[in-house]
Amino acid sequence: MSRAEALLEVGNLRTWIEGDGGVVRAVDGVSLRIGRGETFALLGESGCGKSMTALSIMRLLPERGHIVGGEVRLGDTDLLALPELAMRRVRGGRIGMIFQEPGLALNPVMTIGEQIDEVLAVHTALRGEAAARRAVELLERVGIPDPGRRLAEYPFQYSGGMKQRAMIAMALAGEPELLVADEPTTALDVTIQAQVLELMRALQRDTGMGMLLITHDLGVVQETAHRVGVMYAGQLVEAASREDLFARPLHPYTVKLFAALPARGRRGVGLEVIPGSVPPLTGEFRGCRFAERCEFAWERCRAESPAWHEPAEGRGVRCHLFDGSGQSPMADRGSRTAQIEAIPPSVIPCSVPLAPLLQVSDLRVHFPIRRGLFKRVVGQVKAVDGLSLEIRGGRTLALVGESGCGKTTAGKGILRLVEPTSGSVRFAGEELTTLSRAALRERRREFQIVFQDPYSSLNPRMRITEIIEEGMSALGIEGGSAERQRRVDELLGQVGLPAEAKWRYPHEFSGGQRQRIAIARVLAVNPKLIVFDEPTSALDVSVQAQILNLIGDLQRRLGIGYLFITHNLGVVDYLADEVAVMYLGRIVERGAAGAVLGDPRHPYTRALLSAVPVVDPATQRDVIRLQGELPSPASPPVGCHFHPRCPQAMPACREGYPEPTRLGADRSVACHLYSN
Amino acid sequence: MIAYIIRRLLYAIPILLGVNIITFALFFVVNSPDDMARMHLGVKRVTPEAIQKWKEERGYDRPLLFNPARQGAAALTDTIFFDKSVKLFAFQFGRADDGRDIGREIRNRMGPSLAIAVPVFLAGLGAYISFALIMAFFRATYIDFAGVILCVAMMSISGLFYIIGSQYLISKLWKLVPISGYAEGVTGLKFLVLPVLVGVVAGVGASTRWYRTIFLEEMGKDYVRTARAKGMPELRVLFRHVLANAMIPILTGAVVVIPLLFMGSLITESFFGIPGLGSYTIDAINSQDFAVVRSMVFLGSVLYIVGLILTDISYTLVDPRIRLE
Amino acid sequence: MPFKPVLLATDALIWLLVAAVLGFAWYVRRREHLLAPWRRVARSASGMAAGTVLAFFVLTGLLDSVHFRPALPDEPGKPRAYAVEVLSLLDVALKPLRTNKERTYSAPLATHLFSRETVELPDGRITREYPRLRFGGAGLKDPEADWLPDVMARAGLGLAGAVLAWAAVVAGLILVVARRRRTVPAAIWQEIRSGRGEVPWRAVLVALGAMLAVIGAAAALATGYHVLGTDKVGQDVLYLSLKSVRTGLVIGTVTTLVMLPFALLLGVMAGYFKGWVDDLIQYLYTTLSSVPGVLLIAATVLMMQVHIENHPELFDTVTVRADMRLLFLCLILGVTSWTGLARLLRGESLKLRELEYIQAAHAFGVSDWRIISRHILPNVMHIVLIAVVMDFSGLVLAEAVLSYVGVGVDPSMISFGTMINAARLELARDPMVWWSLAAAFVFMFAMVLSANLFADAVRDAFDPRVRVGTAVPVLQPSRAPEART
Repeated sequence: MSRAEALLEVGNLRTWIEGDGGVVRAVDGVSLRIGRGETFALLGESGCGKSMTALSIMRLLPERGHIVGGEVRLGDTDLLALPELAMRRVRGGRIGMIFQEPGLALNPVMTIGEQIDEVLAVHTALRGEAAARRAVELLERVGIPDPGRRLAEYPFQYSGGMKQRAMIAMALAGEPELLVADEPTTALDVTIQAQVLELMRALQRDTGMGMLLITHDLGVVQETAHRVGVMYAGQLVEAASREDLFARPLHPYTVKLFAALPARGRRGVGLEVIPGSVPPLTGEFRGCRFAERCEFAWERCRAESPAWHEPAEGRGVRCHLFDGSGQSPMADRGSRTAQIEAIPPSVIPCSVPLAPLLQVSDLRVHFPIRRGLFKRVVGQVKAVDGLSLEIRGGRTLALVGESGCGKTTAGKGILRLVEPTSGSVRFAGEELTTLSRAALRERRREFQIVFQDPYSSLNPRMRITEIIEEGMSALGIEGGSAERQRRVDELLGQVGLPAEAKWRYPHEFSGGQRQRIAIARVLAVNPKLIVFDEPTSALDVSVQAQILNLIGDLQRRLGIGYLFITHNLGVVDYLADEVAVMYLGRIVERGAAGAVLGDPRHPYTRALLSAVPVVDPATQRDVIRLQGELPSPASPPVGCHFHPRCPQAMPACREGYPEPTRLGADRSVACHLYSN
Repeated sequence: MIAYIIRRLLYAIPILLGVNIITFALFFVVNSPDDMARMHLGVKRVTPEAIQKWKEERGYDRPLLFNPARQGAAALTDTIFFDKSVKLFAFQFGRADDGRDIGREIRNRMGPSLAIAVPVFLAGLGAYISFALIMAFFRATYIDFAGVILCVAMMSISGLFYIIGSQYLISKLWKLVPISGYAEGVTGLKFLVLPVLVGVVAGVGASTRWYRTIFLEEMGKDYVRTARAKGMPELRVLFRHVLANAMIPILTGAVVVIPLLFMGSLITESFFGIPGLGSYTIDAINSQDFAVVRSMVFLGSVLYIVGLILTDISYTLVDPRIRLE
Repeated sequence: MPFKPVLLATDALIWLLVAAVLGFAWYVRRREHLLAPWRRVARSASGMAAGTVLAFFVLTGLLDSVHFRPALPDEPGKPRAYAVEVLSLLDVALKPLRTNKERTYSAPLATHLFSRETVELPDGRITREYPRLRFGGAGLKDPEADWLPDVMARAGLGLAGAVLAWAAVVAGLILVVARRRRTVPAAIWQEIRSGRGEVPWRAVLVALGAMLAVIGAAAALATGYHVLGTDKVGQDVLYLSLKSVRTGLVIGTVTTLVMLPFALLLGVMAGYFKGWVDDLIQYLYTTLSSVPGVLLIAATVLMMQVHIENHPELFDTVTVRADMRLLFLCLILGVTSWTGLARLLRGESLKLRELEYIQAAHAFGVSDWRIISRHILPNVMHIVLIAVVMDFSGLVLAEAVLSYVGVGVDPSMISFGTMINAARLELARDPMVWWSLAAAFVFMFAMVLSANLFADAVRDAFDPRVRVGTAVPVLQPSRAPEART
């Protein structure tokens, strides 16, 4: 691409943020170029400076942030030299921006119409009637039904996906040349994400605007981007066209990112992990920022900061391996796989048929809705509504579904952290739902739970040893204190942390390390079943791989049964033996992981699977676009819960909820398509 | 929404009952009427006859809760509890020690109290919000910094000094307005200037700082960044976006005190000689007129509860999330 | 024994508080994560300077909280008797101020009384003149001529002493820091002077210097004059001001101390257990807070007065009676102010109970009380701390207003409120008797301002989002109703 075509040019941009612990060099010399009609994806893990890059371009930095150097040119305009007043014409006019959390990014006390109108008033000549017509047009364009009425509504009356659509409409109102999208779909479910990504692609096609897409998700990049820049620790480490990058990533960090993604192909072999975590950006770096975590690093990497090399037309990489000194960068990549430690065989061989460890049948968890003068119960939120499943010892059942489908409540209901409304939970043959509190306490050591958020799952005021010992002492395990300390050391070793860690407090650990501690806390009571509630969804890809490996490894060594609650189908594919897909409080399809994911039967499962962006460019897929969003569990649709969104709905679907149909030994699906 | 308001109204009933029981216990159980009489008449030279007479004059000579000497319902109604506490619900306050009807006194004195309290409330709200907006606009500059320091300094000064200082400076030294007094109508305006001014100034420190934190908190939110990303001018961001959202905590916080404006301000009224309910209360406290104090405690509680209900209603008005759900 | 120790109820509470603070400090010292917010406090220049000033007030208050009754001169054959007057260490230290009384008003540093009196001259004639003071400037032969040089000399001496003391502190500080960091003292001095460095020692030293200068000059002048004049009965105003400090401190700290258990227990229980416990506790505090604070206090104090009047036998000295009344005032203020903190703690507990580490504890079958004590309480303590420091200044201000209304401390107890109350009547005089008011103003302002600045630093360091309102609506109903958040 020649320079003349460039829409946005960023040169050696450097942004510093004053923090309590010193100056954070959030963006440290980033250069990139976006052409007209081109989507440039800025890819990176949390804290690498990609959002700050976007905010620097918009000059919307937080109060303590400053651009200390570099240049940003939009067409012929030097944005950094513009006075603030002129910059305001650019924001919302020539550059539109959308943000990650549509729920927070919209003003809660202004109607959507008012929020669009003010953009039109500032950036266009449209007024009054014409502006109102244009607003309707914009909402229509982003696919909001009945736009005339919805304009007068407030953001809280919109669903999550609709809010993001409205955000996009607002960004389009100024007819921008460039759209900056900061993690636009991260807060959305996959089916909604597919809708929004599709919308963004279509808009770009029609308007020809350039797009700067900021994301951490390789799948989203693959689906949307023309060119990709990979950021690490405040710097761009690699830039390439999407095809090149996915075909042959050059920088060791990029290579690792791909290898760390969980998928079925990597089952049983362990995921690639990047050891350690992103270095803090407060200090000066002497060598390469990735050197500490890089397996190819040699002395030069630690002594000298690598320059930007362009090994091919349109490609760039910041790594000493590509300085053209003759060393073939990928020569020794073959040895890489050999470094993955051999996976030990499971303590429970696959061939042995196992007695069920946990049998859940017809479990219901309903929450009353109280309304009116005397807070009468007027309805029930049927979070879990007739759930049945079975887990065998040493095996993993993945419970999959979008947010709000009741999967977390199901996990808590099974452990009686939330009291079930009805149904039966039998653990090792014993009914749990009728146990007294005291008797239940006795049994609690058998089944445990690991939570999603590593930051709120450890009490910040307790030492690690106190955290791990809590369960032991509450359940009366291992009497002596010396014995207990020995056990704590052993547990920390099991999850890959040094024994000294026990004297420290949670805030001294990173997210991944905290999740290890949470796992150690659970292991302390030797449970037979662990419920994992989205254990990796708050973690970066490279750290996620570490935790998934640990979880898989523990199961093989200790023979623990897992109920793995997640929305991430890649993780399911990698880890689960069996899958149960949940929709609005009920399981719509279940079976062996390979069977369900390879040959989904229920239309919802199919849509869900097709909506997941795939990283492998060779895979062709047709996204089954679902209409609308998950209905409220307080008033589920009559008949099959899924029929209003189902592309294959039949008259029968409106009549009654389909009974599960058995399709094989342990495969069943609840859909009228299969009920004879 | 109607059901919501009715529920809040019903919730007020047990609270009023609770307040009534607290006042009853405080005034008649902690100390017996005999103790009060002795205190009032002077502990030294008191005779049983004097005590009896004192109690009879005030109707304290009956049993507290149950009168075995009377028949039927009268056994319950001819008691101190019924006469002094239950009747408060009907706003029958009885008579003060000087023999005047407390209810009438309250009605007469509400006007002067409101004449001070309402202007203080409105002018104060306007002034504090304006100052806070200015500071929020110039946040993290020397103007903001100096403003915060000034606020902290001003809130460190006792309200008494504002009154004494202003009376000395403005009335005594410069002779701009009378030191104290009150009159109805336009001629009375000159008496109101100083108390209103003092009332507003005394609250500047705490309130401005408080509103400033609300504004700054709102300004840190994502929708403000969105507004800036849309190219909105800073003043529009401040007034259309931030102010609209900040008004929810500000208004609902202010609404709760509106009914209490009737009660006036104890100190201001007594210093400036305003014949309102505030000075009435102070006089009653100083002359140990229990009937008046008791009435004011109950009245204050009723007004506060009204304020709570108004707050709930105002929430539904300013916040679309509550209004429309 | 030459004295008989007297432990007033408020003394006991104050020393209990001191012990608690020391114990807490010792506990925090060894825990880095608890220490971290205090380090942030230590980095705040305004907070540290304010803390330095506050330390002098606290010291004064603590000295004034060790009480005893001195022995009366021995009479042979009788058991040793003790004076009914209860003194404190501060009274002993300020003995000249306390005992050198004039007849009535005199201006600061005056040599003559404020008002003319009819005096009979030695030759029998009678004139009206300003009589010489018994103590103030009593050593001067010719007050007209000698007054200024004498005042200057004394003040200069005091300032010189202050400079010496200050220099000693600076030198000590530099040496200690230098030894700890293993550098030369000159480097530390450079760092302090330039205002760089982790801890803002420069601000601390400036505040310390100012305080020492004021104290030095005042102390030196007080040897020959009434530095701040005398009041109607001839009592030294500086003495009154210093004695008021303790009353303010007691009101500001003991009140929070007595209400803390209620607020903590009820607030946390309401938030943690939810359901009917929550309903009941909410009902309790809504009811209590719906009675306007000042009126509830007024009513309660009135009733207490009745009780005290009717039972004089309960108190053996005036001091004990005044002290009981002070304690009672603290209790009432506590009752009216716990609701705000309880509401705050309820909200925080509601949030905390949904956190995953509490859910994890449930999954282990940990009992409710253990969860409250191990998980909830440690995680709401910062709110309690912020509430304690933020409430302090509001309570000190409230005392003045309440005493003015007549429902504050005992009239015999020296406090800012009683000082203002007494002085206010003299405002109408011409020329005005301004010094009592001015002294009360300056002392209160210095104390409350430094407390406010210190509280701000603490709040910013621990959690800037916590909003704790002044519990007592002091002057106006339309004060920011901060408690309702």
